[in-house]
Amino acid sequence: MRHIISVLMENEAGALSRVAGLFSARGYNIESLTVAPTEDATLSRMTLVTTGDEAIIEQITKQLNKLVDVVKLVDLSEGAHIERELMMIKVRADQAMRDELKRLADIFRGSIIDVTDASYTIEMTGDGSKLDAFIRVLDPELIIETVRSGPLGIARGGKRLTL
Amino acid sequence: MELSGAEIVIQALKDEGVEYVWGYPGGAVLHIYDALFNQDSVRHILVRHEQAATHAADGYARATGKVGVVLVTSGPGATNAVTGIATAYMDSIPMVILTGQVPTPVIGSDAFQEVDTVGITRPCVKHNFLVKRVEDLADTIKKAFFIASSGRPGPVVVDIPKDVTDPKIRIPYHYPDKIEMRSYNPVEKGHLGQIRKAVDMMLDAERPVIYTGGGVVLGEASEQLTELVRMTGFPVTQTLMGLGSFPASDPLFIGMLGMHGTYEANMAMHETDVLIAIGARFDDRVTGKIAHFCPNARIVHIDVDPASISKTVRVDVPIVGQVRSVLNDMLRVLRDHPRKPDAAKLGTWWERINGWRRMDCLSYEQGSGAIKPQYAVETLHKVTRDSDFYLTSDVGQHQMFAAQFYPFEKPRRWINSGGLGTMGFGLPAAMGVQQAFPEAHVACVTGEASIQMCIQELATCKQYNLPLKIVLLNNGYMGMVRQWQEFFYDGRYSHSYVDALPNFKMLAESFGHVGMRIENPADLEGAYREAFAMRDRLVFMDIIVDPSENVYPMIEAGKGHHEMHLSPHLSSDRELA
Repeated sequence: MRHIISVLMENEAGALSRVAGLFSARGYNIESLTVAPTEDATLSRMTLVTTGDEAIIEQITKQLNKLVDVVKLVDLSEGAHIERELMMIKVRADQAMRDELKRLADIFRGSIIDVTDASYTIEMTGDGSKLDAFIRVLDPELIIETVRSGPLGIARGGKRLTL
Repeated sequence: MELSGAEIVIQALKDEGVEYVWGYPGGAVLHIYDALFNQDSVRHILVRHEQAATHAADGYARATGKVGVVLVTSGPGATNAVTGIATAYMDSIPMVILTGQVPTPVIGSDAFQEVDTVGITRPCVKHNFLVKRVEDLADTIKKAFFIASSGRPGPVVVDIPKDVTDPKIRIPYHYPDKIEMRSYNPVEKGHLGQIRKAVDMMLDAERPVIYTGGGVVLGEASEQLTELVRMTGFPVTQTLMGLGSFPASDPLFIGMLGMHGTYEANMAMHETDVLIAIGARFDDRVTGKIAHFCPNARIVHIDVDPASISKTVRVDVPIVGQVRSVLNDMLRVLRDHPRKPDAAKLGTWWERINGWRRMDCLSYEQGSGAIKPQYAVETLHKVTRDSDFYLTSDVGQHQMFAAQFYPFEKPRRWINSGGLGTMGFGLPAAMGVQQAFPEAHVACVTGEASIQMCIQELATCKQYNLPLKIVLLNNGYMGMVRQWQEFFYDGRYSHSYVDALPNFKMLAESFGHVGMRIENPADLEGAYREAFAMRDRLVFMDIIVDPSENVYPMIEAGKGHHEMHLSPHLSSDRELA
């Protein structure tokens, strides 16, 4: 099963490699991983998406907790939560296609953030399946380049992951 | 007090109460070695290879319970230490390893003797640090000792670039008494509700088994375990790492379990209905095939490391906490409990266990021919049993024979590499033990293959007058490899014959020690007595043993506890269903 885990960790050199190393050394799957400092500069927040049965996910959370740099973590999949991913996609946009691409971007609540004679760069956020859907409606020939952030997650309601 | 980084390192070790540092100098640690030079409260032991420094510090830590300290240089100094760091990591041994690093401005430039020590050691340390500023040095060393020795212990590497120890840069020194880390809070006490649940389960048991590991030794819970076993009357079996934490001579001890465990211990595991696992981690050498492991049991597991619980075997009542604290609580709950273990049911269970015991699965025939390795260990026990004795071991058949045939009565007396299985561990580990206990008898049981992996340390033993007794069970083979090749590869002994052996007696003598070669069983006891009487000399006993001897019982990898091979003289290698 797919799980999305949020990890608060010391914002120290090497902390990310400890997590990455743990996953490779123990053979856990890692679908995506994003990390950046929080409003408290001494802390980083990592969101990682992994898959595994219940026993494996239990081990993953225990092993993560065991890392000395990890302060706290939560498996967001255990409760109601929101996921968002950012995508920037660069597409061929010649005169014939420009209007259609703009309409498609609007439908998906994307915005065009860079324009040339021959291309658009579209920014879009949403959960992963929405971004997948947008890619699917595009003619693959039109796609020049895609970059995705991997999902970020936060619990719904008043719950929070802090110290 | 203003100190340089190098002086801070040494002063911090003093403030930490460190007696010994095992190490080897080199470019990146020269400032630190200079600071070592003008003081005598931290004693430096110069080894001949960095691997030996880590094993010696490890042996010291296992025997004393204190943190073992190592000091090596950057690059090859650090990489040579990695085997010893991994050895300590697998067996949860508290160590602090100080490694030199190239100066911060050249890190990452492939400088001379540069390796990414923090990167290389990351998977085999409890934690590691790269200290980039001299201002962080004292606090980092404090953290290293705190992390190494608390919770589930383990090795911690502190990588120190050369410019951080620059003698010209001096800063005020302050060593913290205590350090708080928001991200690291090891558990102490177990959950009382869980402990009560475990006790109820134990009192309901018809065929209980207590299974204990190295955690009882590391957690100083031997006394509590002994009380628990005697209070309940339950049979107790131990892993290779747990031996000694319950007296082996007590009839409630049913021997080691697992791949080379006793028939009675493994059969009891197979039939138990309530298993109480204490400070043990369900290693594959213990469990055999997981699907066949304790098929009828509900399981209680006490461990300080939550990640150990339900890692390989699902347990019913997990208790996370320091073994000593949990057992103290458990004993209290048991004492106050209105019920006692069911004596009648326990009696029936013991009858069954004693039936298995009568198989006498470790029996062997000495005869007048070649010395049997089992006899060599039993005779060693006979000669040393009444003395203050420590036994270290290398890895292989001799290790298993020692575990099976030397009954350890106290914890921290049996010192060997269990998890990583590091050949070459025994001799340097014995050096660390002897350094800690100069008056004790310290022996290293080894094989002719293992001993050659750190043989250079005979020079260290000479330099520091360490009167070890080396008990070399010489069968001319990597015995355990040969045994597997005999069983599973139709006797194709591919590269397991150790050809071109040195004359060990002369080798020992060339290092300035006493050498002996013993071939006749009738000479063995006398030779041991002669060797152990030489209190101030290292004696290297090259004991020629029967090369065809195998370690029994044996559970093949991937089989269950009930599928043991027994010694051929006991049965026609029957598999017991």
